Amino acid sequence: MRYLPHTQEDIRNMLAVAGCSSLDDLFKTIPDAVKVKDGLNLPEPLSEWELNDHMENLASQNIACKGYTCLIGAGSYDHYIPAIIPYLVSRSEFATAYTPYQPEVSQGTLQGIYEFQTMVTDLLGMDIATASHYDCGTALAECALIALRKNRKADKIAVSDLVHPSHRQVIDTYLNPAGYEMVLIPHTRDGLTDMAALEAMDGIAGMAVQSPNFFGHIEDLAGFRKIADDKKCLFITSFTEALAWGLLKKPGSFGADLVAGEGQSLGIPKSFGGPGLGLLAGTSKLMRDLPGRLVGRTKDTNGQDGYVLTLSTREQHIRREKASSNICSNNGLNAMTAAMYLSTIGKIGIREIAQLNHDKAVYLKSVLTDAGFEPVFDQPFFNEFVMKAPENFKQKRTDLINRHCLFAGLDLAPYYPELTDHYLFCATEKVSKQQMDQLAKEVA
Amino acid sequence: MKEINELNLPEDVKYTKDHEWAKAEGDTVTIGINDYAQDQLGEIVFVEMPAVGDSFSAEDEFGSVESVKAVSEMYMPVSGEILAVNEDLEDAPEKVNEDCYQSGWIIKIKASDLTEIDALMDKAAYLEMLKG
Repeated sequence: MRYLPHTQEDIRNMLAVAGCSSLDDLFKTIPDAVKVKDGLNLPEPLSEWELNDHMENLASQNIACKGYTCLIGAGSYDHYIPAIIPYLVSRSEFATAYTPYQPEVSQGTLQGIYEFQTMVTDLLGMDIATASHYDCGTALAECALIALRKNRKADKIAVSDLVHPSHRQVIDTYLNPAGYEMVLIPHTRDGLTDMAALEAMDGIAGMAVQSPNFFGHIEDLAGFRKIADDKKCLFITSFTEALAWGLLKKPGSFGADLVAGEGQSLGIPKSFGGPGLGLLAGTSKLMRDLPGRLVGRTKDTNGQDGYVLTLSTREQHIRREKASSNICSNNGLNAMTAAMYLSTIGKIGIREIAQLNHDKAVYLKSVLTDAGFEPVFDQPFFNEFVMKAPENFKQKRTDLINRHCLFAGLDLAPYYPELTDHYLFCATEKVSKQQMDQLAKEVA
Repeated sequence: MKEINELNLPEDVKYTKDHEWAKAEGDTVTIGINDYAQDQLGEIVFVEMPAVGDSFSAEDEFGSVESVKAVSEMYMPVSGEILAVNEDLEDAPEKVNEDCYQSGWIIKIKASDLTEIDALMDKAAYLEMLKG
């Protein structure tokens, strides 16, 4: 859209129609006390090169992962993005199109989303996946709402306190004003969601467990499936690290009813925390309960394959206040990016990358242990784990950032106050043995 | 779509303002959507039904019918507990279009207050309502 300012003549004509003698006359209903009289206190305009210098100077004051070694995951992961991804995704056909869903003109976009959905169902072992949501938190909150709609007699959702803290906040934001309650399932001393505590809960419409959980541990999803059967509630599972499914058994194979996940690991940069990519998949039994957009494959009048938005009768633009969700946006460009990433690495590649992540995390844990860190939990993990740090680590951690460009773990105390001096570490395929050895040397 | 005088509206069932029909045999009441509703909705692709054992009051929403055009809620003509749902509709929802009063029935309930049936419309009153 072009920006065309009003000419003096335009303004005169409009004032004449409005019956006002001047702009001041037009705005006379605004009290004098709140009007800006002496103009805004802004600096002089800059030339384009001066402005570029200014912005670059501001940007350089940020610490970004580029040029740093990042040993923090916790929901946003520093993975390698193959060069083909930014090239393909910045093509104007993908990058500039805004919700191009008319099948007459958008077969490419629709097929891209359809392929994305198919890859997500393969990755998670589920029957059906949506065209994506904002991020894992919003996808998970939608799953909670599905459970409440399916079990109308219950008004509570049980959520493991090892679900990502931000995702729990999103769920609470959705449920609380609507008169529903999120009840927290505590964790055991082993760093796993407490099944006994969950078994003692009543009146729950659904239960949500993250695996690998926030401490990086792999939860017993089969065990939670049994509890969900006993409670006759929906079993929702979530994840923040999509590459884990290159190695771990798929959530669908444990009988999850709904899976919500973060797809940022699939070729999407961390970008200061967003935008992410909300993945949501369900069983075919819940097909009509899934929120947001779904693309389906069909035949056109000539009998050729074509792609269209499907099951739209559930959606906001047809069902209005009875829609399954009132957020029908999807993160189309990031969904396309994830589809490109998964196609690029392939079925064998994802396994290799996942194995590299796990092997490097195992190595990092062992060198940190040798350097005097205490491994707190003895649980299988994917690429994240918790360590209790020696006393002087807090200061060393700051020095490591400033002097060695290295982020050494996430302080868990703000999220779990009992875990002072506990840090959540993550190793991805990008971190080298030398970098890990250097860390161990600095903190020993 | 059908003209009002083309509608199939049997004399032996009762009608609601939301276009459901109800037929009592003892205290069992069979409920479905009527010919006007199925005709207006067009090709029905899915019927969402309650679970056996659920209880509803009259005018509560108990399920929905989805056609290629829209999703419409269904409301209880009378209060009661669900005795059976028409499981054939899971695989063959088109039965509601083909035969809405027989093989296209939707739920059977045990009515908690049979006098509620009397408050529903007969064919003549329902036709009056449709004609506005």
